[in-house]
Amino acid sequence: MSTPQTPLPQAAPPAREAGAAAPYAGYTSPIPVVRTHLGHALASEWTKIRSVRSTMWTLGVFVLLVVGIGLLTGAIVANSGSDLSGDDDPLALGFFGVLLGSIAVITLGVLTTASEYGTGLIRTTATACPARGRFLVAKALIFFLVSFTVTLVSTVLVAVLQTAMLEGSSARQPTGGEWFKATVGVSLYIALLGLFSLLIGSVLRHSAGGITVMIGAVLAPLVIALFMATSSLEKVRTALFEYSIPNQLGVFYSSSLSDSGPSGWDPLWIMIGAVVVAFAGSWLLLEKRDV
Amino acid sequence: MIEAVGLTKRYGDKTAVYNLSFQVRPGAVTGFLGPNGSGKSTTMRMILGLDNPSAGTVTIGGHPYGKLPNAPRQVGALLDAKAVHGGRSARNHLLSLAQLSGIPARRVDEVLGVVGLQEVAKRRSKGFSLGMGQRLGIAAALLGDPQVLLFDEPVNGLDPEGILWVRNLMKALAAEGRTVFVSSHLMSEMALTADHLIVIGRGQLLADMSVTDFISANSADFARVRTPGTEPQQREKLTSALTEAGGHVLPEPDGALRVTGLPLPRISDLAHEADVRLWELSPHRASLEEAYMRMTQGAVDYRSTIDQKAGLMQPLPPGAQPPVQVPGQGQPGWYAPPPPQQGGQPFAPPQPPAPGQAPYGGAPQPYGAPGAVNPYAQPVPPAPAQPSAAPAAPAAPAAPENSAPTKSEDAR
Repeated sequence: MSTPQTPLPQAAPPAREAGAAAPYAGYTSPIPVVRTHLGHALASEWTKIRSVRSTMWTLGVFVLLVVGIGLLTGAIVANSGSDLSGDDDPLALGFFGVLLGSIAVITLGVLTTASEYGTGLIRTTATACPARGRFLVAKALIFFLVSFTVTLVSTVLVAVLQTAMLEGSSARQPTGGEWFKATVGVSLYIALLGLFSLLIGSVLRHSAGGITVMIGAVLAPLVIALFMATSSLEKVRTALFEYSIPNQLGVFYSSSLSDSGPSGWDPLWIMIGAVVVAFAGSWLLLEKRDV
Repeated sequence: MIEAVGLTKRYGDKTAVYNLSFQVRPGAVTGFLGPNGSGKSTTMRMILGLDNPSAGTVTIGGHPYGKLPNAPRQVGALLDAKAVHGGRSARNHLLSLAQLSGIPARRVDEVLGVVGLQEVAKRRSKGFSLGMGQRLGIAAALLGDPQVLLFDEPVNGLDPEGILWVRNLMKALAAEGRTVFVSSHLMSEMALTADHLIVIGRGQLLADMSVTDFISANSADFARVRTPGTEPQQREKLTSALTEAGGHVLPEPDGALRVTGLPLPRISDLAHEADVRLWELSPHRASLEEAYMRMTQGAVDYRSTIDQKAGLMQPLPPGAQPPVQVPGQGQPGWYAPPPPQQGGQPFAPPQPPAPGQAPYGGAPQPYGAPGAVNPYAQPVPPAPAQPSAAPAAPAAPAAPENSAPTKSEDAR
């Protein structure tokens, strides 16, 4: 603090008298008070997401999985010669890495909201920003942008490398539309999946619970469908297959498990619908519940 | 100004706070007292809009918390020092809060300096000690330089230097005209810090008055009279003389007499008329702690078992009556020093031997059975008790001096 001067004993009492003389004077801060808006919340959430290690860890693992597995499959296919027929799209090889990597994005999404509840930080946040919807929107936007950017960079990288690796093989050259779907489309889908996890984390308010639910949601339909051998359950089985998240992700790489079911950009619309519903739900709960 | 009207909070069928109405005024430190589970934290959470009241309203400066424009600039709160993400550094934690309410980043470094955490600002708060976490929480409360401050147990885990600092900080903040609302279980600390008290028990208002009024309303002041120990008959003589004059006399185990109902000069006159010499005639004003214990003894939810060792109880000393009328009986040195400003005015002089006992040292009695004799309480020899009183006494005058730098630091 300032110079350690020894204040005279008489120096203090006047201050107290002044306080006693005007006890209702109130206090006005010299720091200007600004009207807060979403921009402030965005800046705050950006500081939050970049200042914890779990962000670096999960996104690092994600990039590692997407790029690593992408290169690995690319190398294996390239070295095995004419595995790919002329109809096959080399971009489809990126699928495996992204599928595994999505678990990291889900984890980060859930942690972004649920860890605030786990640590109690949510009470500090809700005190600092009584308009709770605002920080939820800010969190969602920041997370979406971060995960979209990271996914886009890694999928583009993998796609470029894989097509370069398979240049000489029999695989056909992907079209512009396929390029767009396998990079931007996949990135949007993965970022929305992470956003959905973020909202689930906000609803469940528990990190481990949220991650379990989300990983279950991704894997369970496929696993359950695998064992539905009975013909009477055929329809359920097909639906589970077709609308399971891995299969919907595959649609972007035109490597769907079946010919019916979602196609083109359908998975994205489905995911957007799910996110909208989850957002409305978590907004309502956030406003209504005590934190 | 915080104003609660008919505030009620129910969790299922349990009512945590019931029909609570009070006002917290600016320019003073208002203490918020109550036993564990009495609803203090719930009330604070409702003030901050974290919990929605089941009934009633609470406003700050006339607005509910959620309707305040830029609330953190008007209300700062330390509810729970653990309410941080342990993986984030202290500075980043404060920075994110500052950005949320448009506070310049420069202010973050200022408050880190105010609470003395500059050295560890870049460290993750996971590794902070209890006291460091508490300082971080106080920094977050001060961040917006608000006019209303709420602190829930602010000195929890702080070292003696930190406790003194918090005490001075509270006073300095109140002296600047801010509203300071602070809950604590440390009665001696409250006695030194608070000007006004709001006491709740089982979620209902028990008292809303100044510290001085609270103590006099909830305790009996008395005079301690000691006759020469060598001549017991003098003691008998004085006892009968005082009783005749309408006083109420209780013997204390160490031979002194506890007199209520007579002013000090009258006691002296009576002793003179009875030709009794006095070795001690001292006024005793009850401490905030004792007054608080008296008031809340009916409202304590979680109480330690009264006396598991009753079988080991020593017989009462001859001549001692079961002392129910005056709490604190049997522990002559029990009382903490009176509050610095308001307290003790009726009996201004610094108190001789007795008041020294450490405020927490002699505590078993109130946490067990208020008003009962503690079988283990030995009469405390006055002499060794004195040093412990010494640090407490200078603390009060020292307060304004030390507060000066803190205030200037914070005033920007």
